[in-house]
Amino acid sequence: MSNSTKYIGKSVPRVEAADKATGRALYGADIHLPGMLYAQVVRSPHPHARIKSLDTGPALAIEGVKAAVTARDLPALTDIGRALGNEGAMGLEWFRRLVLAHDKVLFEGQAVAVVAATTPEIADAAAGAVAVEYETLPVIGDVLEAMRDDAPLLHEDLYTATLGEKPTRPSNIAAHQEVARGDVEKAFAEADFVLETTYKIQRVSHGYLETQAAVARAEPDGRVTVWTSTQGIFNAQRQICAALSLTQSLLTVVPMEVGGGFGGKTYAAVECLCIMLSRKAGRPVKLVVDKSDALRAAGAGAGAYATVKASATKEGRLTACSLQLVYDIGALPNSHAPGGMRSLGPYKADNLKIEARNVVTNKLAALMYRAPGSTQGNFAVESHMDAMALGLGIDPLTFRMINAVEEGDDDLLGTTFGPIGLKEVLNRVARHPTWTKPLRGRNRGRGLALGYYTGLVNTNSSVLLHVHRDGSVTVVTGHVDLTGTRTALRQIVAEELQVPLENVTVQSKDTSSAPYSDHTVGSRTLYTFSLAVHSACGEVLAQMKERAAGRLGVDPGTVRYSEGMFRAGRGKSKSISWQEITRLSVRQLGGPITAMGSATSNHPPCFAAHITDVEVDPETGKTRILRYTSFQDVGRALNPGLIEGQVQGAVVQGMGWALGEELMYDQGHLQNPNLFDYRMRTASDVPFIDNVLIEVPAPQNPYGFRSVAELPIVPVPAALANALFRATGARFNNLPMTPEKIFWALREGSPSSRRRL
Amino acid sequence: MPQFDYAAPQTLKEAVDLLEQARGRALPLAGGTDLIPQIRKAAKQPALLVDIKRIPQMSRLEFVPGKGLHLGAAVTCGSIMRHPQVRDMYPALGQACSQIGSRQVRNRASVGGNVCNGAPSGDSLPPLLVFEATAGITGVSGTRQTTLEELVVGPGRTTLGPSELLVEIVVPLPAAHSTSEYCRLSLREEMDIALVGVAVLLAVEPDTGRCLEARIALGAVAPTPIRVRDAETVLQGRKITERLLDRAADLAAGAATPITDIRASAEYRREMVKVLTRRGLKACLSRLTRQGGGRR
Amino acid sequence: MGKTPGTIKKTSIAVTINGESHELEVKPWQTLLDMLREVLHLTGTKEGCGDGNCGACTVILDGREVNSCLVLAPEVDGSEILTIEGLSVQGVLDPIQRAFVDHGAIQCGFCSPGLILTTRAFLAENPHPTEPEIRVAIAGNLCRCTGYDKIVRAIMSLARP
Repeated sequence: MSNSTKYIGKSVPRVEAADKATGRALYGADIHLPGMLYAQVVRSPHPHARIKSLDTGPALAIEGVKAAVTARDLPALTDIGRALGNEGAMGLEWFRRLVLAHDKVLFEGQAVAVVAATTPEIADAAAGAVAVEYETLPVIGDVLEAMRDDAPLLHEDLYTATLGEKPTRPSNIAAHQEVARGDVEKAFAEADFVLETTYKIQRVSHGYLETQAAVARAEPDGRVTVWTSTQGIFNAQRQICAALSLTQSLLTVVPMEVGGGFGGKTYAAVECLCIMLSRKAGRPVKLVVDKSDALRAAGAGAGAYATVKASATKEGRLTACSLQLVYDIGALPNSHAPGGMRSLGPYKADNLKIEARNVVTNKLAALMYRAPGSTQGNFAVESHMDAMALGLGIDPLTFRMINAVEEGDDDLLGTTFGPIGLKEVLNRVARHPTWTKPLRGRNRGRGLALGYYTGLVNTNSSVLLHVHRDGSVTVVTGHVDLTGTRTALRQIVAEELQVPLENVTVQSKDTSSAPYSDHTVGSRTLYTFSLAVHSACGEVLAQMKERAAGRLGVDPGTVRYSEGMFRAGRGKSKSISWQEITRLSVRQLGGPITAMGSATSNHPPCFAAHITDVEVDPETGKTRILRYTSFQDVGRALNPGLIEGQVQGAVVQGMGWALGEELMYDQGHLQNPNLFDYRMRTASDVPFIDNVLIEVPAPQNPYGFRSVAELPIVPVPAALANALFRATGARFNNLPMTPEKIFWALREGSPSSRRRL
Repeated sequence: MPQFDYAAPQTLKEAVDLLEQARGRALPLAGGTDLIPQIRKAAKQPALLVDIKRIPQMSRLEFVPGKGLHLGAAVTCGSIMRHPQVRDMYPALGQACSQIGSRQVRNRASVGGNVCNGAPSGDSLPPLLVFEATAGITGVSGTRQTTLEELVVGPGRTTLGPSELLVEIVVPLPAAHSTSEYCRLSLREEMDIALVGVAVLLAVEPDTGRCLEARIALGAVAPTPIRVRDAETVLQGRKITERLLDRAADLAAGAATPITDIRASAEYRREMVKVLTRRGLKACLSRLTRQGGGRR
Repeated sequence: MGKTPGTIKKTSIAVTINGESHELEVKPWQTLLDMLREVLHLTGTKEGCGDGNCGACTVILDGREVNSCLVLAPEVDGSEILTIEGLSVQGVLDPIQRAFVDHGAIQCGFCSPGLILTTRAFLAENPHPTEPEIRVAIAGNLCRCTGYDKIVRAIMSLARP
């Protein structure tokens, strides 16, 4: 790849932006089919209860009600289904409980039954008519409670998953992971300076504006089509087929535009309900989840407790650090630990230890939320490193520089870092005015936090390239575009094939038309797709060079391609144009030009540093964010505008998590199931978010790209906490940092009465 | 959405008759920004909504020189905050209206609805209390007037009968040499509800700096918005010093009986009453000083 | 108690939507949002929360932006409504739409129709707003993807003469 590029590195607007700006873009709820029925879900009012009886008869007796479905309608699990469905963070047994409660309900709002009727009003009435009798059970509302030896068990058959032997007793601890190197205890005992603190991180919502929505149409011959707002059509297909014992080739999952996902649209529960109803009713069925139900029962970002202990020499060299994480993953076991296991990634120390537990409670499942598990661990570690620096009397940036990992260091999970950009990020911060220019004024403070993330491992992306007779190119993917991937792939293909951008169209197609791709999660998409597209473009050019060689009567190895012309030797006599080859290909040169590219890859490590300035109103405790700057190593910026957009969005989500968003529970009951009391930031709560993009190319990617979109949420709560410390002199170990918490922290000798701290 | 009937009468009489005939199962509909979500979650279950927006009196927004401001019950918060005389003469009311909901909400929500809703946190109520506004009410047996302080009696409760309608709010002329301020604390900058709202009206004699009139009303810290007369009395007739401001703020906080809920604790709310009362008084003082005496 | 299904008659309204007159039969409890989406299939107007807290369903009703989930269909009898579908003429983007596209202000796009219409009503009232005024004006439109940065910049580009 030459250094001068035409499209790579340019801020091209998103290809579908005009469709979205005009209302033409279609989302899950925008599908209307003839004869379509409307579904409504019957949800549990209890966080934990046995279902004593469940009768859909009264609902079916209402005129206009065409079908009702309960867990009794789920088919028996097959071995094929098990094999299909147990891939991924949530096992098939648990996924089927996300679809419908079985013998007991495990969280408030869990679907117990679902009905379909000719109008939404009748569906509502029918849902109300379904008779359910519950026997309530003790609610496990908190992980610390759940971990007690005498705690009631949520699942009688749940045994802690560990790397060691299977435990003998069931437990509410779904998984326990531990990695270590060196001897932390010995290092703590010998250190000049040791500090230990426990941090608490609250549960949050993904906050997508579009709730889950799907339409399914089952045909009498067994074929099924489902149009849905999902982050992955093939993952959805796999989950649905496993849960409902369908044959994958009979199910077509069609991706719609997605009104925000952030990890919250990775389990196809709503799709399963629509399909079950449509197969019973013989008509298309639509289900759109109500916002309050989505907040109560669709999925959350995990809450956590995190205890950090660290030691250092008086010169500021970190000698040891341990991190204990306990994630509140809700009622359905799934994995949150991997993100947390990376929380010490930026630091080199001889003695490191991380222990993470996933603990079940009677709350909705914590699904992957943007860098799942990482923001929680990072808040603790980066708050702690700030406190360490202060305790040692060392500037927080210098402290990071002393201890930052670099190429050749090993991370805790056993991988040796290749070229990484952490040092470059820190050096840029050290020279940047956002850090060097003093912050003046009372009640103000500046905070710094690092972030580290790597994307998912072992995921696949595949593409098909078709070169048409007129020379234009279609790229077919089975990928759901959340972050501008259609735009990005178009840029890469136009660059590689040296054709005008306008001549390349990228289509996100369904499971029956496109080659396999994993879902749009884990910051994996551009990285893996660029590998697939790179290989497909290489294949297209190879085919065309061979055809050019045939036409020109030369050896294919001598053909060069640039700017729309294939040339051999010197001079104009031995050349043929791109268009000439595409025009002749089908009839005279051996058939259409088409290529598939596929790549399965891991993702490179990515580092960031965030700097923020805040001002606190000392009388009310309210925080105003004055300035925010992200420094991130992106490897190479394919489309700086798209990257900035991802960073800015992630940072503002992090600001919400830090300062005010919280799913508040009282004994398993969500107290704020609406967007009024679940307070996402509005435009008036945040400043512009400045971006410094640093480019240390990732070696395994032909373009040097790194993953981008999850990392920028990771350091935000810690950066704000560290800034607030400097503004107030108080350390906030308990998110969110609400005005009230800040007020009481400022007020010494505050009343010890029941305030929410 | 639960089901109900809808009627849009053109006259007050028709509207009152409809309410009367429905025998408690009808509700008046103005902006609907509070009522529609309440119906949606079945917190209210009317059989009939009587839309009052097509009744001419309900849309009256007029400043009558020498008399005061007439606000029809369906006049939107947006129209009130944009009204030039509101901005000049009733700043606290304009400020409160501009803080309710979002632009979209303010284009529908009415002050009448805000009042009838009877929410302790209703932003327009503390300013209306300090202006000593009155309510014009009509019913089958005729019309009546009442003060707003008497109209709202508890959270979500007013003295309006099931077939009575709030027609207009009359806001008298503010005292000479006065100005007013509404201070609100909320968790987000916009799109939020008052954790505490404090309205202050202050009149100060230009030459002496002596307080001619002080009125303070609190929102969101008692079952209804309340006037805090003890705090007003300490200011009355005296030159306002820092110490006196503290005293008034403490008395205001002492009169508050806030609750703890998911948004804030009672203790924090009480502390914030102090802060906002002080800020409201200071803002009035500084405006009066700047303008050399405020409204004449 | 509300009424049971089927006991209430539909009511007919006359309304102008995007310059076209419509005579429509609507249910008394139907929201303007549902009327637009389910009856007229104008699905560019989005439902985010259904209770006025997100702004995704913003439309312009008689010149002012409103949350269409908080307006009942019978209330709009005799009114003029502009939805996102009425903004661009024959495929040519309106300047606000153009600015949102060019500034990268659109990511998932679910909030975009509402934001664009709020911007239109706001700029009609205040053609040269400051950055803080813009932020306050769009506070009723939640966006989870962009952090508002590029949205505010897009609006600022329109605010400069």
